Amino acid sequence: MSALGDIYSVFWVDLRNMRRHWKATIATSLVLPLLYLVAFGYGLGRGVNVGDLDYLSFVIPGIVGLTAFSTSFNGAASKLHVDKFFYKSFDELLMSPVRSHSIIIGKSLIGVVRGFISAIAIYLVGLILAPTLLFSPIFFLMLLLSCFVFSLFGVLIALVVHTHHGMGNFTTLVILPMTFLCGTFFSLDQLPAVAKAVLYFLPLTHSANLLRATVLGLSFPWLSFAGLLIFGVVFFIGCMVSLKRSSV
Amino acid sequence: MQDYIYTENLCKNYGSVTAINNLNLNVRAGEIFGFLGPNGAGKTTTIRVLTTLTRPTSGYVSVGGYDIHDEIDKVKKVIGVVQQHLSLDRDLTVRENMEFHARIQHLSSSKRKQRITELLEYVELTEYADKMIDTLSGGMKKKASIVCSLLHEPKLLFLDEPTVGLDAQARRRLWDLVRRLNKDGTTIFLTTHYIEEAEVLCDRVGIMHHGQLIVVDEPANLREKVGSIVVETLVDNKDTHYQFFANREVATNYVKNLPSEVKTVIIRESNLEDVFIEQTGEKVGDP
Repeated sequence: MSALGDIYSVFWVDLRNMRRHWKATIATSLVLPLLYLVAFGYGLGRGVNVGDLDYLSFVIPGIVGLTAFSTSFNGAASKLHVDKFFYKSFDELLMSPVRSHSIIIGKSLIGVVRGFISAIAIYLVGLILAPTLLFSPIFFLMLLLSCFVFSLFGVLIALVVHTHHGMGNFTTLVILPMTFLCGTFFSLDQLPAVAKAVLYFLPLTHSANLLRATVLGLSFPWLSFAGLLIFGVVFFIGCMVSLKRSSV
Repeated sequence: MQDYIYTENLCKNYGSVTAINNLNLNVRAGEIFGFLGPNGAGKTTTIRVLTTLTRPTSGYVSVGGYDIHDEIDKVKKVIGVVQQHLSLDRDLTVRENMEFHARIQHLSSSKRKQRITELLEYVELTEYADKMIDTLSGGMKKKASIVCSLLHEPKLLFLDEPTVGLDAQARRRLWDLVRRLNKDGTTIFLTTHYIEEAEVLCDRVGIMHHGQLIVVDEPANLREKVGSIVVETLVDNKDTHYQFFANREVATNYVKNLPSEVKTVIIRESNLEDVFIEQTGEKVGDP
């Protein structure tokens, strides 16, 4: 069977699962971003400007990015974590003829779907609040790329973290700070050079740059595009190495 | 007869810990092979190596006639594995789990439909096909696990503790299923803590201890080797002592000469558990 067929087979079971719980899955992933949107965008940020932009237009792409980030990461990581440690069904995949690269991509796709749907929902709400936002195909492409990279990140963490507590700790110590710090709610230009440099080593920073530029019609940030692609490749290689090491 | 499992000096180390120590094992095509051993003997690691989940440190392994190192894809196509713990997706139905397993085993759409229908009938689960896994009884869940592992018609089926947690009736029904599968041509490699299970099901039994296979033979031969008759003695309700004899006459003479402080004496035919204790110095299931 082709790699595409294998990827779909791996994805099929997660999709089937999601179809059974799709309302709750989507609804729960929207609560926090909508609260951010109301509190920071519509509440605190009213009348504030970031450069030439009003704060609402600035913050909406950031919140779309963090929604894509957290939902894609959690969507891919939590399902794989459950498969590995609770259902023990991940071993079935490892014992099957499906190749490692198909397993990794297949397991990431549920995160892509969940992240993309949630982020689009936030974007549509954002369109109502800030009609200046653009409806551009390149924005959707960048959103899709972001969701894929964040899902691969989720798969990687689910592969290398071996306890339920470990997953919780990682989310609290790494994922949550990233959602606030990576240029989602404020411009990185306000930060000292060192802090700015550190934040450019995080994938959400590049995603937020790309989404903001494409939805507001700013010049395309090629550096962030390359940065996000590099993160994707690094996460994918990390997943391959982790799968290989798990059989040692 | 062809060996469906063949290992030569198989070793597996985790750092300085040796889990498998020069294991030489052969499982013949068509047999039910019982793999016994106390906890920590290396059974699970051996199964992980044989089912491609763990790579050996050294030694040669072939499964289904294929080298596990060079022909891993072929090995994966000829084995079916039923893990000790339920490994089905509990958010899906029996049919959906089967569909998933058939897909990852590369069965075509028409073949998937045909095999799922056939196997559901084979294990009498047709009326439960669209039930969620968590609504099934323990025995049915185990049957569902087994049919998921049979979709691609494996030559060799690994059953890791297949009846653990099942009631006596469900266990016996599962034994019948294992016998039927074997009769229909599937070679079976089984681990169990239930000695009775190994005794009634297995053509041959191997006992593993400290990473090595210490004996392999037919259950009757193993019993004969340790002694057909066993005398159990208990002094002051402390440890039970076992003494093995070739026949009942010698055993009776031994009992007659026992000191008077021995209050409890049982003379009986030996079983596989006695073989196990004699060979490993441990009872089955001892930590």
